[in-house]
Parts: sequence; structure tokens; C-alpha cells
Amino acid sequence: MKEYFKVSTKTIVATGLGAAIFMLLFMYVKVPSPVPETSFQTAYGLSGFFATLFGPIAGALISFIGHALSDAVQYGSPWWSWVIASGVSGFIFGFAFKRTNVEEGEFKGKDILTYNIIQIIGNVVAWIIVAPVLDILIYQEPASLVFTQGATAAIMNIISAGVFGTLLLVAYSATRTKKGSLSKK
Amino acid sequence: MKLFSYNTVDTPIHCLSGFTKLLCFLLLTFAVMYSYDIRVVLLIMIFSIAILKVSRIQFSQIRTMVIYALIFIVTNAIISFFFSPEMGVEIYGTRHRIIKLVGNIYLTQEQLLYQVTKFFKYASVIPLGMIFLLTTNPSEFASSLNGVGIPYKASFAVALTLRYFPDIQRDYRDISLAQQARGLDLSHKAKFKDRFKNSLLTVIPLIFSTLDRIELISNAMDLRGFAKYKKRTWYTSKKLDRQDFTAIGISALIFIGSLCVSLFINHSRFYNPFI
Repeated sequence: MKEYFKVSTKTIVATGLGAAIFMLLFMYVKVPSPVPETSFQTAYGLSGFFATLFGPIAGALISFIGHALSDAVQYGSPWWSWVIASGVSGFIFGFAFKRTNVEEGEFKGKDILTYNIIQIIGNVVAWIIVAPVLDILIYQEPASLVFTQGATAAIMNIISAGVFGTLLLVAYSATRTKKGSLSKK
Repeated sequence: MKLFSYNTVDTPIHCLSGFTKLLCFLLLTFAVMYSYDIRVVLLIMIFSIAILKVSRIQFSQIRTMVIYALIFIVTNAIISFFFSPEMGVEIYGTRHRIIKLVGNIYLTQEQLLYQVTKFFKYASVIPLGMIFLLTTNPSEFASSLNGVGIPYKASFAVALTLRYFPDIQRDYRDISLAQQARGLDLSHKAKFKDRFKNSLLTVIPLIFSTLDRIELISNAMDLRGFAKYKKRTWYTSKKLDRQDFTAIGISALIFIGSLCVSLFINHSRFYNPFI
């Protein structure tokens, strides 16, 4: 458990650069959805990918910083409840860290399943529980509205983290040297 | 798109230290977020617009943000009305009908007050954020985050994000042009599905080249002894002077004032003129 929360220099750098890509994707690579103020964000695929490689702290900070800064740049001020929910989702994605064999060059069947179960839990907790509840507590938004928005966001982010995140992890595992790929003759 | 279109202008706001501005921004945002009293909200809004004038921010600098924010607030107002037109009645406990809209939906005075308050509440936060973004030197931002109690490693991550965002944006453009030269269609002519797929094909090389860069930067930082000690000093941090304390004092007063109005005058977060 301890290694999950170890913060090395590499974690910090991965967080900084990951958040920068998150911002870029969050602002430019998205598809609007029929429910107002939500859209299909490829950024959550990225945060799933980085969280699996660098752990929960990196995952939480990447989504939190990336979301807060892109909100600030676009609207002038972050929408705190959703920014916090983003952080929570990234944090939970981070529990896929060291649970898969992606660093050993294998990301198949069981690993894909593990990653996807974790990302689904993360998205459900963040968008169906944390985001709407904070919306009601901080902003006193109508409950029916925020739960509709939350459920839409959850579904779209599950697809994004599931499809785009899995693709990235598979591609990444192909660049790693396989365990036991050298044999002595 | 330029990230922080910060430029040095000699105004009292620019002279404040980054720490002061961050603290004031947080105090004022929380003051306005907590209160649902239209009088408090309007006062803070007037105050923040006055500060916007003092800091001599040109409208051209903030035009895109203003447009985006207005679209956001207006859609929010419209959909929250149609999702729960009775929210105001629920909150204030009375019901004064104004006119009948479609079907069973009535416009009530309570709903109108709730929505107008909410509109100004969101609108008044925006100038505050803009002032903070446009008058703070990006390299001072990390030191001020550390100043308000955020661990320096996390502050450093923010500094790295701000430092590398322009680079990543440039790489993204380069890769996108290279892919287009190879025949990936990203224009409006391509089908929506293909366009989305092709834009992912530009993002993937960007992510993998960034992974290499992470290795490089973290090695460089390790070699310079980053994170050796529990604390660090910042090259850009300023000492607080009298102006800083005045600014913090004013913001703290507004914050406490907003809390007191809610606690002692309204006895809730809402101002209720109907009872």
C-alpha cells in the first residue's frame, strides 16, 4: 500500500506534464453531448492511463490541476465541485497502479478487466456521488439537474477511460520489453 | 491560445505578491459561493468589477472568457429552470405566481429571485478569477500555492504544467500538421467519426513523446537534488508589505461580512424577502 503513495521526482514530473496534456485534451479534443454542459472528454482516458502508470497521487493531481486550469483559462474561474470530482476519479483510477502487468509488456484479458473495473468504480463514485452532492452543497443547484448531468458524465467518462485508456495502455505495453523475452542458450 | 496573457503593468494589483492575490481570490470566491443573498452578491460583484478597472485589464484580453462564461451561465439558467421550476418555492417556502408558462409550469417570484441571485453569483466569481489569472506572474504562482499551505511538490507540479503547456500545445500542432501532410483528414470535409479517430491519432504520438520527456526532466531534476529537503525556497516569492496586508484585510472583512449576514441576519444561506 505504501508504494501507492510514494511521491518521487518522476511522479511530480509525470503529474505536471500529464496535467498539461489533460488541459489540452480537455479544451480541444472533445465531443459535445445532448445533455447541456457535459461533453465526451477524451481527457479521462488520458488520466486513466497516467494513473495506471504513476499511481493515485499523480492521477488525482493530473485531473485536478488539468481541470482547474482549463476551466480557469476558458471561463475565468474553476467550477469547484466538478474539479474536485475529477480529482477523485483520477485518484481512484490510480489503484490500477501495479495491479496490471503493463510495465512488463503485457496488457491482455485479465489486466484489461482489472483496469476497467477500477475505472468504472472511479467514474461512478466521482460523477454520480461526489459531483452532484458537491453541486448541491456548494452551489445549491436543483438535484434532478445535477444527477442527470452526473449520470451522463459518468457514462461518457466510462467510455472514454475504457476505450481510449485501454488503447493507450495496450500501445504502451507494446513498447515495454517483455518479461523473460531473453533466453540463455 | 496564450495561457496566462500576463503582462507587467504598474498598478496596485500587479504589485501585490502572488500569495496575497491567491488568498484574496480564495476568500472572495468563498464569500460569494457561500452566500445566496442577492445584496451581498451584488456588492461583491461591484467590488470585483472595480478591481478589474483598477488593474487596467483590456476587454480584448478577456473577450473569449466572457463569451464562454456567459454561454455557460445562460444555459445553466435555462436548463435549471426547466429541470426544477419549483426550486425557488421549495427554498423560500412561499408561492407568488407571476404568469403561467406552458402546461403546469408557472413562473414564480421565488424562482425568479433564486435564478437571478444564482446568475449574479456565478457572474461575480468570473472577474475575480480573471484578475487573478491576468495579473499574476505564472512563475510566482507556484510559490504562492506553496505559501497558502499546499505541499511544495504539488506546487511544483503546477509550475511544470504551466511551463510545459505551451510546449505541448506546439507539439500537438506540429504532429497534427505532420499527420495531415500524410493524408489524415482533420477538416470539416471528413466524416465526424473519421475526424474523431484522426484526432486521436494525433494525440497518441503526443502522449508517447511526452513519456520520454518525463524521463528526461525527472532525471535532470534528480541530478540537481530536487526533493532532498522537506522545505524549499522560491526564487520568485516576494516579502509581504503593507499593501499586501491591506488587501488581505479587506478580503477577510468581506468574507467574514458575508458569513455574518448569512448567520445573523438571514439565519440561512438564503435571503428571504417573502416572509
